[in-house]
Amino acid sequence: MDGWLGVVIMIALGVGFAGVMIGLSLLLGPKNPTPEKLAPYECGMPAVGDARERHSVKFYLVAMIFLLFDIEIAFLYPWAVALRDLGWPGFVQLVSFFAILSVGYVYVWRKGVLEWGPVARTRGQAQRPAA
Amino acid sequence: MSETLIFYALSGLAIGASALVIGQRNPMYSVLMLIASFGALAGLYIQLDAPFVAVAQIIIYAGAIMVLFLFVVMLLNAPKEDGADWDQSHPLRLPAVTRLGSMLAVLLVVQLTWALTEASNIGGAVSGGHDGGTVSSVRQLGRTLFTDYVFAFEATSILILVAMVGAVMLARREGERS
Amino acid sequence: MLDSNLHAIVPLLCVILSALAVMAAEAFRSPGEDMPLGGLGLVGLIGAGASAVALWGRNASSFNVIVADNFSLFITLLLVVVGVLTIMFSGPVVARDGLPKGEYYALLLFSIAGMIMMAMANDLLVVFIALEILSLAVYVLTGIRRDDARATEAAFKYFLLGAFSSAFFLYGIAFTFGLSGSTRLDRVGAFLAAQSMSDNPLILVAIGLLLVGFAFKISAVPFHMWTPDAYEGAPAVVTGFMSTGVKAAAFAAFTRVFLSTFEPFTGDWAPMVWALAVVTMILGTVVGVAQSNLKRMLAYSSIAHGGYLLVGLVSANDIGKAAILFYLLAYAVTNVAAFGVIALLGTKDRPNDELRDFAGLWHTRPALAALMTVCLLSLGGLPPTAGFIGKWYVFSAAVSAGYYDLAIIGVLTSVISVFFYLRVVVMMYMVERDAALTPPVKIAGLGMAALVASIVAIFYLGILPSRVLTFASQSISTIF
Repeated sequence: MDGWLGVVIMIALGVGFAGVMIGLSLLLGPKNPTPEKLAPYECGMPAVGDARERHSVKFYLVAMIFLLFDIEIAFLYPWAVALRDLGWPGFVQLVSFFAILSVGYVYVWRKGVLEWGPVARTRGQAQRPAA
Repeated sequence: MSETLIFYALSGLAIGASALVIGQRNPMYSVLMLIASFGALAGLYIQLDAPFVAVAQIIIYAGAIMVLFLFVVMLLNAPKEDGADWDQSHPLRLPAVTRLGSMLAVLLVVQLTWALTEASNIGGAVSGGHDGGTVSSVRQLGRTLFTDYVFAFEATSILILVAMVGAVMLARREGERS
Repeated sequence: MLDSNLHAIVPLLCVILSALAVMAAEAFRSPGEDMPLGGLGLVGLIGAGASAVALWGRNASSFNVIVADNFSLFITLLLVVVGVLTIMFSGPVVARDGLPKGEYYALLLFSIAGMIMMAMANDLLVVFIALEILSLAVYVLTGIRRDDARATEAAFKYFLLGAFSSAFFLYGIAFTFGLSGSTRLDRVGAFLAAQSMSDNPLILVAIGLLLVGFAFKISAVPFHMWTPDAYEGAPAVVTGFMSTGVKAAAFAAFTRVFLSTFEPFTGDWAPMVWALAVVTMILGTVVGVAQSNLKRMLAYSSIAHGGYLLVGLVSANDIGKAAILFYLLAYAVTNVAAFGVIALLGTKDRPNDELRDFAGLWHTRPALAALMTVCLLSLGGLPPTAGFIGKWYVFSAAVSAGYYDLAIIGVLTSVISVFFYLRVVVMMYMVERDAALTPPVKIAGLGMAALVASIVAIFYLGILPSRVLTFASQSISTIF
């Protein structure tokens, strides 16, 4: 457990710093609220409508793709720690793992999953104007 | 001594947060409580000398999977579980079904208790851990993963790939054809 | 040339590489462009088949967890046959129903890769990953028609229950690992051989959990609930594929785990599997009689066939093991062809899979009706078809192992099942076609070729079974 003392101190510092800052500004800051000040900040524009709008399923898809690549990245940690013992075979193993997944990356990219916004939705037309 | 204290603090946090997950009316708060529960579990994994599991718990569960949960909450756009809207005649609300459910829950607890008491005589089979420090245990994990389990590791990439195609396939818009 | 450590995974690599090629091609395909993606899959499958033949009898193994013994090679070849037939049926269906072409073939090939991996796996963890690969791909294939509410519902049910059963299976692996300290089947087997049940009652927990996982995948009663819905909701080609491929792969791993690794505890698990076999045969047959939808009827028939295969497993003797392999092959060829007929008869708007859709088929499409008749007779186990020989061997295995009760129940349920297969035949030949139904459709040549090929196989296996049976008994002698 001793090796984790630093982590505990780090967490304590992080939480403590945030808490102290919020607490101090609550205590010391002058308060005279107006309706404009209490409104949620949206790039200086007046807020319109409810924040709880129904989101497009597209965002869910992006989150799902993120999860899958997150799992891929999680494997890097033990690999990086053990790389010295594994040597070149370990390198080849990880590269082939990534090579297989990069096919998925290309596929997801070309399918337009990573594209944002309403334009350029259809694959193959917006991306390749005159190819 | 302090280890025992930390253990009880973390397990208390995990159990309390999990209870709040199902106790909340606002599904958004339930998700936040679940994150707290996952954080406490990660602490317990560290106590068990399994730092990689702890890190994976934070990165994958508290990070990515919770994002998915949040998106589901936002997709369904249900700000509150409103008791008045619930269908009181739903078959799942029948007393017989509720009783069966609680019976199964009790059964699970009994079975787990039995299994755990039996597990004390498993003996030396799974004696991981304490032969090295915590850092070298990730290293050992890496070595094992990339030697004994290297095929399973490579096969996982195929599994992730299939999941990717499946996600794109099932979340594509209605009527969109290629 | 190639590191000999890698020889055993060559069949697997062929399929995976073709699947990756299909995915890459789909990524760069512009909308409406026609690419021979199915052909790409065929190339991979034929490569897998050829390498499996080349590996025959060499007992290769890779990474200690993948073994290419004759047993897994037999299943690999079976899966290649199923895959080739499915791709041949798929061509016209994908074009007709407007299914997403690239994803369809990629998922099909990935699931075949998962099945081959499952048959070759010598490690519980690899079995699990293979199971997940094939399951995920099949869940998505089930719901690939997004505009069809029934298909989406079927996929969803299948996915939820499948995920649940995977959890059971994983739990079983965890217990096995906790007991023996390894997931490798040979090491677990060596550990178990030195144990007795009274010392370690947890072994029973591990066996039970693994059994639930396998029973779900082979849709044995009472873990069959998803089967009729999933089989009905999926496109008929996919149903034909998953009712044979998934079952073959799951039975391969089931046989390997229970008849070699858990062999010392046969006395403990045999009664459980015995009970599963009895209820599966009876329920699959009896409920099947009441169905009016042909896909649902064949779903219950497939449940019942799972029960006959379990009879071979319980018998646990050499005839039984060889019978499982032969039966799987006979059933696979027959069932893919039967669902192929349904798939070819469907139209974009209507699947044409109700029993009355088949009324008078003999008058409108005599060839198709004749081919379907052969499939149904083989499923019913009538000579001179493959199904007859398969059942014959399974039941004689049960008799020689002393399970007279199983043999009697099996024969009786087979007789009942002939009733509902013949009902379709009577419908096709003796009932006039209802004019209100959709007019007869045009049948694609490739699909017809696949049908004829499977019919030839059904008769070959039914009339001259000895050659294949010899291969089957050679296959089992390498591992047990």
